[in-house]
Amino acid sequence: MTTATSLDTAAIRAQFPILSREVHGQPLVYLDNAATTQKPQSVIDALSGYYGTMNANIHRGLHTLAEEATTAYEDVRKQVAAFIGAASHREIVFTRNTTESLNLLAYTLGARLRPGDEIVLTAAEHHSNLVPWQLVTQRTGAVLRFIELNDDQQIDVDTARAAINASTRIVSVVHMSNVLGSIAPVAEIAEMARAVDATMIVDAAQSAPHMPVDVSDLGADYVAFSAHKMLGPTGVGVLWGRRDLLADLDPFLGGGEMISVVTREESSWAALPHKFEAGTPNIADVIAFGAALDFLDEIGMDSIAAHDAELTHYAVERLSRLEGLDIYGPADPADRAAVIAFNYRDIHSHDVATILDRSGIAVRAGHHCAQPLMRTLGVPATARASFYLYNERSEVDALVEGLLEAGERFGFAR
Amino acid sequence: MAANRESQNPVELDELYRDVILDHYRSPRNRGACDDATVSAEGFNPSCGDEIQLSVAIVNGTLSGLGFGGSGCSISQSSASMMTEAMTGRSLDSAREMSLHVQQMLTDDEFDLDSVDLGDLEALSGVARFPVRIKCGLLAWKVLDQALAIATGESVSDDSDIPTRVTSA
Repeated sequence: MTTATSLDTAAIRAQFPILSREVHGQPLVYLDNAATTQKPQSVIDALSGYYGTMNANIHRGLHTLAEEATTAYEDVRKQVAAFIGAASHREIVFTRNTTESLNLLAYTLGARLRPGDEIVLTAAEHHSNLVPWQLVTQRTGAVLRFIELNDDQQIDVDTARAAINASTRIVSVVHMSNVLGSIAPVAEIAEMARAVDATMIVDAAQSAPHMPVDVSDLGADYVAFSAHKMLGPTGVGVLWGRRDLLADLDPFLGGGEMISVVTREESSWAALPHKFEAGTPNIADVIAFGAALDFLDEIGMDSIAAHDAELTHYAVERLSRLEGLDIYGPADPADRAAVIAFNYRDIHSHDVATILDRSGIAVRAGHHCAQPLMRTLGVPATARASFYLYNERSEVDALVEGLLEAGERFGFAR
Repeated sequence: MAANRESQNPVELDELYRDVILDHYRSPRNRGACDDATVSAEGFNPSCGDEIQLSVAIVNGTLSGLGFGGSGCSISQSSASMMTEAMTGRSLDSAREMSLHVQQMLTDDEFDLDSVDLGDLEALSGVARFPVRIKCGLLAWKVLDQALAIATGESVSDDSDIPTRVTSA
């Protein structure tokens, strides 16, 4: 579709109907992609196409609609497996979101922990990879340890080594920080985890949309991510796990679909991955997620990563030139993916976001579901701009212009 | 695309960011704990992290002094600053009444600005036009209500409409 260094954003943008709308009389500049991405027409069509032509409950119906819907749903499972280099589609479990995938792991793996066992997280975790483990410590007496940031606000091999030891049972780390944009050296951390016989979990909610993620390269035991951050619909999460490990886990939720034989007293479980998909799943959104993966595959994750890097570089360069602008995260833009958290002047990020919104520019402001990281950074909140494959340099220019206007409103000269 | 963005709707933003509000944000009044405080309370908005600590000196049924601390956006902090000024010297009843009026102004579309004299506090009326910022403006007043309730030994209502958690300090 394009070269490896830049994307034809005009052609891409034409496929996202929402990008042609206006906000407060201005063209929408959508820079909140780390929260959720916009959806191409093909995804929207797949969603309504399912309900318009195929709607049926899956796996148990014997009629044509049920068969078509089941095939479409299971085809996406195979597609996801190929997308992340999984050994089998049986290693792909559909959940509601990354949060549910991580809760599934915390609930099932956590049940095996004993007092004194250690769960290693990082200082940069989203609440979704922190709170479930806090619940585990309350139930089991296990303790949390944290991999700290280095002086460049990155998770590195040395800070990881300081946290992992013989008592470590679980290591669960965020691959790409939703605040700092930094990439953790997951493969190296996975080796350390393996050396002490600990389970290695990767929160790939931010990385899977932005870079090629191959589960065998990561060396992880489990990987979690969400469809809605990579052009897909809300309500679909993925949990990938090594087949032997998933087979060994107890179920998370009980109910229909996840059983084999049920008597009044007990039940046996369905084969993988259905053991972990109790009840009617989110059929329509899973099928639409398939259209999103088609879209990403057609462009290519390498091309997307290159585009994001190019745009992030440009944005860091332009923002850095603004007087009174602080950027959080690694100093070298090459060390961060498409997320830039910042504060401008002494204007609170909520005021920045409100003022930018009046120019049609959507950014996130606040603690980004990472309150402990905010405390580590020593700030109550930040603004955050995050990019995706449809964003352009002109939108970075609009952001810079919007910030200058915010500064003027608060009494700062340009 | 970036050109001429300054032609945005200046009226609406001006309604939110009135000069009085920006002035209180840049030069907060009564910042810090109040001397001789007889009661204190604090609150925060979990969704955005704004926080206010309030201390009040109540002598013979009159609010003789107020001080506030905390951090947050211009609306939350200037609302607190303006409140400490406007409440100083008021009786408990009068303070409660003003707090009610300000909260009505922030949340009630039908509120008639001419029905009460709110003085400078009227500058907060524009906040009502920005739904996601209303809780910023309300925070200080919720904390005040809490402090006054503690001072008079009343039970504190748990207002679930307002995502503000107030704890006595």
